[in-house]
Amino acid sequence: MAAGAQGERVGLGAALRAASLTGLIAFAALLPLIGFLTAVNGSNELTLTTRWPLLFAFVAIIAACRFIHAFAIVPWLARRALRPVRSEPSASRDFIRGWFIPFAIAAVAAYPLAIFFTLGTNGGQKWIDNFGVQILIYVMLGWGLNIVVGLAGLLDLGYVAFYAVGAYSYALLAQTFGLSFWVLLPLAGILSSFWGIMLGFPVLRLRGDYLAIVTLAFGEIIRLILINWTALTNGYAGISGIPRPTFFGIPFNANDDGFAAVFGLQFSPLYRVIFLYYLILGLALLTCFVTVRLRRLPIGRAWEALREDEIACRSLGINTTNTKLTAFAMGAMFAGFAGSFFAAREAFISPESFTFIESATIVAIVVLGGMGSQIGVVIAAIVMIGGTEILRELDFLKSIFGPTFDPTQYRMLLFGLAMVLIMIWRPRGLIATRQPSLFLGARKTIASDPIKQGRG
Amino acid sequence: MARDGSTALRIEHLTMRFGGLVAVNDLSFDVERGAITAMIGPNGAGKTTVFNCITGFYKPSEGRIALQHGDASAWDALDNLTASGRRGMTRADGALFLLERMPDYLVAQQARVARTFQNIRLFPGMTVLENLLVAQHNRLMVASGYTLLGVLGFPSYAAAERAAVETARQWLHRVGLLDRADDPAGDLPYGAQRRLEIARAMCTDPVLLCLDEPAAGLNPRESAELNDLLRVIRDEFSISILLIEHDMSVVMNISDRVVVLDYGVKIADGQPEAVRNDAKVIAAYLGVADDEVPKVEAEVGL
Repeated sequence: MAAGAQGERVGLGAALRAASLTGLIAFAALLPLIGFLTAVNGSNELTLTTRWPLLFAFVAIIAACRFIHAFAIVPWLARRALRPVRSEPSASRDFIRGWFIPFAIAAVAAYPLAIFFTLGTNGGQKWIDNFGVQILIYVMLGWGLNIVVGLAGLLDLGYVAFYAVGAYSYALLAQTFGLSFWVLLPLAGILSSFWGIMLGFPVLRLRGDYLAIVTLAFGEIIRLILINWTALTNGYAGISGIPRPTFFGIPFNANDDGFAAVFGLQFSPLYRVIFLYYLILGLALLTCFVTVRLRRLPIGRAWEALREDEIACRSLGINTTNTKLTAFAMGAMFAGFAGSFFAAREAFISPESFTFIESATIVAIVVLGGMGSQIGVVIAAIVMIGGTEILRELDFLKSIFGPTFDPTQYRMLLFGLAMVLIMIWRPRGLIATRQPSLFLGARKTIASDPIKQGRG
Repeated sequence: MARDGSTALRIEHLTMRFGGLVAVNDLSFDVERGAITAMIGPNGAGKTTVFNCITGFYKPSEGRIALQHGDASAWDALDNLTASGRRGMTRADGALFLLERMPDYLVAQQARVARTFQNIRLFPGMTVLENLLVAQHNRLMVASGYTLLGVLGFPSYAAAERAAVETARQWLHRVGLLDRADDPAGDLPYGAQRRLEIARAMCTDPVLLCLDEPAAGLNPRESAELNDLLRVIRDEFSISILLIEHDMSVVMNISDRVVVLDYGVKIADGQPEAVRNDAKVIAAYLGVADDEVPKVEAEVGL
């Protein structure tokens, strides 16, 4: 008892020391980031203002978190580690595992309707568009890139190039030839996968960092072509007035032959948003379905084998050239689908939408989610894209930090923090385990330790 | 094809240079069909280089490596094939391949040469069963209609996959890993990983199996099990085996023929007994007592 009490006292002192040290580091790191604010005043001069209360609020929060971590969480984890592990299979866990995916899909499918009926046509648009469609685009892109990075182990930092190819393919072909969305969707996918193969050929011999550099350059090349080939792409100004997709030939407009009039509804732009939501949901689920299917086919196993050991693959008679090219082509094809959807949704595209930060975001989604994990990509996309959107909604923070406080300014800071935390606690991503593609006796989840991350 | 004294693999005047270094110099030997041929020699003698040339990982500087399937009469076509500039030919009574002209994956796919590696190269994050299915990739690729029919869920692929799993199950049973089938290959103990690598090579349905130090790191009991496994592969499956080995208990017990390399040159070639007593081999590989070195050197003409 006495020893316990003494241990607690020592723990308190140590926790306080750790908290003050962390507070000091936070103060030093945040002083230039939060403590100082530069702004241009009325006479066009750069002025420096200080924000001491805000800075100290941040430092206090960080120090308090560190104190709680050292004082409560660490001892709790230590106590938990001593407890015997209970691992007998439970019926409820099996039930949750078996029904999780159907339930999740049903919930995602019901989401826009639930929003529509609770918030009506006026308030619902933001929630379906910004939180639904926007996240689903990135889920789809993450799933597409997962084929290249997660399965085949080829680090591709220029993935947004294929997204751009898809978007521009749809925009230009729809405007020039007046083809419909449903004709151009597969065409954009084919064109993108063609460029995936074009990129694949020169980089076949490259591995690891070198592959990443060349793919990054490829992404920039595509973007620079889009900027400079003004005769075709209209350069920085972009392409506007891109035809929108129609509901089996019925356009979403206020005319008499529009969707609302045909179905006897009050016109609202929300119907188009709901349609786009289901469209991208269908495309994303197609991506997931094909990927899951491919993993169980020889090509998918060859991709994973390529990630594990390329030389062993060749010794088993696997044509690694074709295997890599199909991975690039498949990944690029889904980016092309997503790109043509993006162009159809926005009705305006410009090279601004296809910068390196987009590629970095998609790679971050795949890496944070856990390379090769479909569910992990969804969680990471919700956190990264939904997190960005939710920052816009945190108006109540203004009442705490003052009316000038803008949470969206802290987006990159929070991203960085999330990255650091993930790298400390889950260096292989949120879901780092791997499900075997087939089994003899019982399916056993493979822990992350033996899985190679791929250097090619 | 049972053991009949005919030749399965013929290596002629094989030379491999890396810049100024001659790793293999004018090496010629034959591998008998359905027999176990061991290649031994001190470290750096060029044994693995010969393996890499046979399996297409290196392109030899000079020489011809010819592999024959089916009836021995197919050898008649060797000179015509060489002159034609083609990689291989197939006719009713057999097939002939010039391995030095083929890239690595085609050596495995078409010429049906399987190999293992000195430092084990499994797919550690995939299960034991998946490792054996990757080995049957090309057959399954055809069955899945090059992925197209497979994605659409055609039943022909399911049947092919069941057959592949059955092949894998038989090999797992043979190497004693059936109860570990669903564990990641990287979690297996070392000896089991060696056996799995051999099973994986066998799942490619080879005619020639090249094993690079299969007994390295095995304890005596595991070595004895390996001997049994290799005998089964030779006798029941009639597969020609070429192996590199330092473990003399393996080499002398199971080899039908031993080829000895030193500094990239063949110094002996014959029955295990004859090689064991060869003065050059004793000097170069098995070693001699210090005081006998000048005597043996004089004997072998060094």
